[in-house]
Amino acid sequence: MAEAHPVGFQWVMEAKRRGATIIHVDPRFTRTSAVSDVHVPIRAGSDIAWLGALVNYVLSNDLDFREYVVAYTNAANIIEGRFQDTEDLDGLFSGFDPETGHYDPTSWAYQPDSAQQVEDDAERDRAYGDTPGSQESHQSARSESHGSGGAPVRWKGRRDETLQDPSCVFQILKRHFARYTPEMVQEVCGIGPEQFQRVAEALTRNSGRDRTTAFCYAVGWTHHSTGAQMIRTASILQLLLGNIGRPGGGIMALRGHASIQGSTDIPTLFNILPGYLPMPTASQHQSLDEWVRDDEGKAGFWGNVRSYAVSLLKSYWGDAATPENDFCFDYLPRITGDHSTYTTVKSMIEGSCKGYFVVGENPTVGSSNGKMQRLGLANLDWLVVRDLQMIETATFWKDSPEIETGELVTEEIGTEVFFLPAATHVEKSGSFTQTQRMLQWRDKAVDPPGDARSELQFYYDLGQRIRRKLAGSTDEMDRPLLDLAWDYPTDDEGDPEGEAVLKEINGTGPDGAALASYTELKDDGSTACGCWIYCGVYADEVNLARRRKPHWDQDWVASEWGWVWPANRRQLYNRASAAPDGSPWSERKAYIQWDADADDGKGKWVGPDVPDFIADRAPDYVPPEGAKGPDAIGGQDPFIMQTDGKGWLFAPLGVADGPMPAHYEPPESPVRNPLYGQQNNPSRRKVDHPANPINPSFSEIFPYVFTTYRLTEHHTAGGMSRTLPYLTELQPEPFCEVSPRLAAERGLTHGDWVTIVTARAAIEAKVLVTDRMRSLRLGDRFVEQVGLPYHWGGNGLTTGDSPNDLVNLTLDPNVYIQDKVGTCDIRPGRRPRGPELTAYVEAYRRRAGVDMAHPEDGGADG
Amino acid sequence: MAEADRNRTCLTRMPGHNGFEDRARHQTRYASATHLRRLIGSLCFRRPCRGYIAEVNAFLGWPAIRQATGRDRLGRGAAAMSKRSETLEPRTVKADKVVDSVCPYCAVGCAQKVFVKDGKVAQIEGNPASPISRGRLCPKGSASKQLVTSPSRVTKVRYRRPYATEWEDLDLDTAVDMIADRVIKTRKQFWEWEADGNRTRRTMGIASLGGATLDNEENYLMKKLYTAMGAIQIENQARI
Repeated sequence: MAEAHPVGFQWVMEAKRRGATIIHVDPRFTRTSAVSDVHVPIRAGSDIAWLGALVNYVLSNDLDFREYVVAYTNAANIIEGRFQDTEDLDGLFSGFDPETGHYDPTSWAYQPDSAQQVEDDAERDRAYGDTPGSQESHQSARSESHGSGGAPVRWKGRRDETLQDPSCVFQILKRHFARYTPEMVQEVCGIGPEQFQRVAEALTRNSGRDRTTAFCYAVGWTHHSTGAQMIRTASILQLLLGNIGRPGGGIMALRGHASIQGSTDIPTLFNILPGYLPMPTASQHQSLDEWVRDDEGKAGFWGNVRSYAVSLLKSYWGDAATPENDFCFDYLPRITGDHSTYTTVKSMIEGSCKGYFVVGENPTVGSSNGKMQRLGLANLDWLVVRDLQMIETATFWKDSPEIETGELVTEEIGTEVFFLPAATHVEKSGSFTQTQRMLQWRDKAVDPPGDARSELQFYYDLGQRIRRKLAGSTDEMDRPLLDLAWDYPTDDEGDPEGEAVLKEINGTGPDGAALASYTELKDDGSTACGCWIYCGVYADEVNLARRRKPHWDQDWVASEWGWVWPANRRQLYNRASAAPDGSPWSERKAYIQWDADADDGKGKWVGPDVPDFIADRAPDYVPPEGAKGPDAIGGQDPFIMQTDGKGWLFAPLGVADGPMPAHYEPPESPVRNPLYGQQNNPSRRKVDHPANPINPSFSEIFPYVFTTYRLTEHHTAGGMSRTLPYLTELQPEPFCEVSPRLAAERGLTHGDWVTIVTARAAIEAKVLVTDRMRSLRLGDRFVEQVGLPYHWGGNGLTTGDSPNDLVNLTLDPNVYIQDKVGTCDIRPGRRPRGPELTAYVEAYRRRAGVDMAHPEDGGADG
Repeated sequence: MAEADRNRTCLTRMPGHNGFEDRARHQTRYASATHLRRLIGSLCFRRPCRGYIAEVNAFLGWPAIRQATGRDRLGRGAAAMSKRSETLEPRTVKADKVVDSVCPYCAVGCAQKVFVKDGKVAQIEGNPASPISRGRLCPKGSASKQLVTSPSRVTKVRYRRPYATEWEDLDLDTAVDMIADRVIKTRKQFWEWEADGNRTRRTMGIASLGGATLDNEENYLMKKLYTAMGAIQIENQARI
């Protein structure tokens, strides 16, 4: 965190000054480790074994925060008798289909509380005129389509609040994690039992009524074929310790781009629409009713999904969207599974996707398996790159590594390339959403130079041109473009006004005035809203994201700086900061609490933050039979975006690779999984292409683990940092880090060139031989790791080979993000040049016995 | 420049901003020469002559001595200044306007103040009022003026014809118009009404990557336009 988010790290240092213990778990000793109380070197990719053992420590020593766990989590829920654990199936859960690699989650479900629940649910299905079908929806990354809440369960289910029923979540969890012992941690992660004990004690001592512990991760956890489950393990641990929804608790994802949170909320992502509404799936959603049925009427705020969906369609198609035409639902294109970026790159290579916009991103350096990226670009009809600098993605046709080896020839590449210069952050006004969901508006300072334009201007202009060219068309396929509400006020230079777009995102009522809250949205077409979770950012026609009230003029929550979705709540699920009866868990950790005397004795939730709860819902409120949506949220259900109001220790639905986390080895690993017979995540998504061969597991040819990471002085793929003299001077050349033991084993000299090889590529870098990389002892063997900062490419002031060329494509099945951990060889000296490089890598593949008939497998198991 | 002055006042008020506090406190404070002269005198056994006094005065003017004897013990303020550097003013003072902004690198969201002089960015600094960053910027944020003013920024449209070996110039208006034509053509060429018997109403010919470095308003227009086009392969760094 000190490396990648230095300014955010000042708060960790503040905490340390006040007595907090800082624990840093990372394969490398970094700037963070240097100021931490404990550094725990871990083998890259083994986090579930580590966190799972901490879960086991809490459960087997009765160290959980029992009152919190019983009231606020699903620990008491009884799971279907058919459910089988990895304990029963040697690493698989029930419902696995080896043919497709998918799970059918029906056996993970909550047992209904009564026959009435089953009947109600069946009735609901009948009201939609067909049979139950939503259970399969996780298969198209559906889990991510609930980015601000969990997948919808069918009923709240039967509970045993004594937690003694052998089929209750708490007992299932206990059995599942029992094999995650400190000894196993030593064998899998390379972390000794004393260090484990020290961390486990510090963590549990610092959790409970009076104290809370926070987890931070700089999104390294997401870069694994088990990434979502790594974060789930941390969530389970934090829920058991009562560290969610309370001040000083939580799990902080430290994301890496100025508005990467914003581009997830208002997504440029294939599977969701603004506000985490799912993109319609062709096999399930052919009408508005079918589209919203999974969530509609369920307990919690997703129950009002129809209002959010209709309001979005109104903001897209304006007057054309009417109740008679399903508010233009049919204008939405449908997805049919995975259309994520890596799958799309494969389509480009295969010639079924021919036009590509790359906007402020540099995939030939920043995406994994750079060769596949470049092969895709070389097979397009046209490519539009918008950036500040001449990045590698724009120049692939003349200077990519494949040109040097002869695999690509400039004169044979038919791709037409447009490079359009873009405006910087000070040359346009607009809002970024930072990693804690805070929108902050930037004012424009200067005009962009020359042909540089904002994306707002470019896309508005492009849309206008396309609409003009298609005007008069009677082709049904052109209706969504021609009926689009695409008219924004412009400034003197013809640029659309960002605040007008923000107001459309915020939403407007029948009179055209900005709405104040998503609770005002209607499903009858009388309101429009471009992103329901952002509703309120423009309340009373005031741009609240632009607020800059100094922190010294307000309390520590600082609610008047920027605006945080939803409803300016700074801390999510803060109802959990109070005990079930509404009083603070402790004075020390008081945040939101129930004031029974407020509002003339009607009572309301009060505190320094906006309560993440219905403001006047009493703690003893029990929803009446048949209540729907927000009315069905009980007074002790803090997780209001979940259909059961509880934090999920066990996911009965919505996670593609199991209801609980299980440790699997990365697709390339020198280590045999000691926990289960199942070596790799059985649901991992493989990318089957000859340019993506996987190193066989346990290979003596590729004996070392490598992992990639960022440096303070550079930014992702380098377009915004390798081009600046200051930053180049601070980090002037690519390097890799290895331990002295590995250096001795391979004859590597500090400061000299080395070559790093996988089945995909070989790259060169200078080697830093340092104790910062630890040789990890796993049982009776050592595992060595090679650390690779990944920022480099061929253009800019500092240049070098791209470590992402080494990385294979094997994706997490929930979110389709790649596994950055792989195996490699490392040798002294520079890599071969030209065609000799191709032959060099080919020789490695042959020696390692890579199965080119099934290059995506790695050969460990199916 | 009132805004800039207010900034500096803020900085000195900032708890935890010791560097700035030091600087303010040490401003114009020099070593107490009288004290030092007495000290040297007491160590001397013979009466000082005229030349000796001049030597002592010159010696007392050395930055290291000023640092050792004055209040600027860290040598980051007055002690390190020369006659010339005393007359220098920061670029921020001369700015015509100061604009509120946010750092464009990682997602911490550090607040920036952009100082503009003659229509150009003169300096970018951290905004101490921010409850997130309290005025700090990391090396990248501190270098963001270079990001904006970099001489290697490309400011003209570049165009590469199919199979060409070099870039060509192209007028911006023509370029956007050509792109619109290509969107229309490719969209139609890869249009798909149905897949596996289900209505899809989409084009599989057009993809997009990027958004995490852009504004919310820009992402909104992108997704809206792409959705109306029927393009679904829309992705950004959040997937990577």
